Amino acid sequence: MTKATDRALSITELHDLELVALAACLRERKVSAIETARHFLARAHQHEALGVYLDRNETVTLAQASAADQRLARGSAGTLEGVPIAHKDIFATKDFVTTAGSQMLHGYRSPFDATVVARLAAQGAVTLGKLNCDEFAMGSANENSAVAPLGHTRPVPVPNPWNMAHIPGGSSGASAVAVAARLAPGTTGTDTGGSIRQPASFCGVTGIKPTYGRASRYGMVAFASSLDQAGPMARTAGDCALLLSAMCGPDPDRDSTSLDMEPEDFSRLLEQPLAGLRIGVPREFFGAGVSTDVARAVDAALAQFEQLGARRVPVSLPRTELAIPVYYIIAPAEASSNLSRFDGVRFGHRAAQFSGLADMYRKTRAEGFGDEVKRRIMIGTYVLSHGYYDAYYLQAQKIRRMLADDFQQAFRQCDVIAGPVAPTVAWKIGEKSADPVANYLADIFTLPASLAGLPGMSVPVGFGEGGLPVGLQLIGNYFQEAQLLQTAHQFQLATDYHRLKPQGF
Amino acid sequence: MPLSSSDISRIAALARLELGAIESERMLTQLNGFFDIVEKMRAVNTTGVEPLAHPVASIRDIALRLREDVVSEPDDRAANQRSAPATGNGLFLVPRVIE
Repeated sequence: MTKATDRALSITELHDLELVALAACLRERKVSAIETARHFLARAHQHEALGVYLDRNETVTLAQASAADQRLARGSAGTLEGVPIAHKDIFATKDFVTTAGSQMLHGYRSPFDATVVARLAAQGAVTLGKLNCDEFAMGSANENSAVAPLGHTRPVPVPNPWNMAHIPGGSSGASAVAVAARLAPGTTGTDTGGSIRQPASFCGVTGIKPTYGRASRYGMVAFASSLDQAGPMARTAGDCALLLSAMCGPDPDRDSTSLDMEPEDFSRLLEQPLAGLRIGVPREFFGAGVSTDVARAVDAALAQFEQLGARRVPVSLPRTELAIPVYYIIAPAEASSNLSRFDGVRFGHRAAQFSGLADMYRKTRAEGFGDEVKRRIMIGTYVLSHGYYDAYYLQAQKIRRMLADDFQQAFRQCDVIAGPVAPTVAWKIGEKSADPVANYLADIFTLPASLAGLPGMSVPVGFGEGGLPVGLQLIGNYFQEAQLLQTAHQFQLATDYHRLKPQGF
Repeated sequence: MPLSSSDISRIAALARLELGAIESERMLTQLNGFFDIVEKMRAVNTTGVEPLAHPVASIRDIALRLREDVVSEPDDRAANQRSAPATGNGLFLVPRVIE
């Protein structure tokens, strides 16, 4: 492949450039930030049918791009100067509406930017708009959004660009679709139980969730505070490394759980070969329930890693199945507490008719929340209520520690852990929407790393049934993001799955 | 032990959620379906295991950060109240609580 930076750029291929290459073109002034922004805004219009955008503001985007061009001209460019990105609508933004996919926050204007949004802007990234997602990030198919996207009059299921009859995954579904359909070279997502890795896998893009505490949660609409982490989605590991380096860093005054770890250059190990790398393969990730197409693609990827000098090591994560009940106790418990702030008093929806304050709360919340959110509030309220707290919530928190300890056992024998992201490729739109538990069970392989707070990523490794992508999950030990990205990058140097583009985009 | 419809009413009351009759019925079925998958978690022996709140605390001591209790944010009342359902004289308005 000719490197795009080697020749003059034609405007029509801007969206085919990977993020790192586009950043280089901008730095070398081969294309301006304003031309780039206009190009991606035009593409957003052209593909409005996908329903990925919940809000855009061209005036704001072009003003940001123009400021980026000035900094480029002055030679004071940041690492992402002029690079257009879009944010999952979980991140609070001053200049765009922030809804978290909920009617509860219909039209909500945040008075501040999330730290992650501000950190990316500080490196010169230009915001294209806000991306559709499951309501309050609760879902695995992007089918729980309650907000009508731009170009639509009611909420719509976001299709998978590889096969439009299928879901894109969730909750950061539109973040993955935007990258796969070349509507943005990079996007932000959030991962509570797999919400970056699973849609990345389903849409054939690369995504990473860092160690819990690396990225500030300030300005991320809270779902489950001990699990929520921000991370980037893009086409390549190198793209993700550049974005993640900008996103992470301590936020001592605003997030009590953010770690005191200085920002890192997560690209620093990318070019190192993998010779001698020990890849732990947990047997529990390859049992019954994993479909043959997924197993085949994952196996082929592991064989490719051996070609690259890595070694497979069998490991065990014996409590993998318990991750489902443990997660679906802890996350709803924290959600029920976090979502108590939506009471119709200080912001968001308020019922039009009610009798008294208590009735206002009940009706406001009944109208503002969708079904999945209500279910989780109910589960969470129950497991935290008097008489049930010890049996459910505390028990789940204890098993959570056992799950985290199991990972430390495994990491004595290996450097990274690899397995499928999900048991199957993306399912059909509507197939599981009437059965919440079926959705929960499909999260089995992403939940363990979330509960343990470990960094995890998804790398495209092939295709399965229906021409739908398969992702390989790579899990690293705490703070080993650079090594994870190196592992993925070396794989991507030897393969081209991440370069393939769905038809029609 | 499966939940009953009176449990659903009690939980909904605690959660300040109004549920219609059909919605309550569906919620009962779905929550009982959910608690079926939770049962095997309850059987795990966790004697002597400390609950894990901050996940990184599994490998190192994590003390949640405290800061001085001083004003650090500027007065931004207009922006903060921009999305409020009802305000007056810079205050959030709610229905009368004390008659």
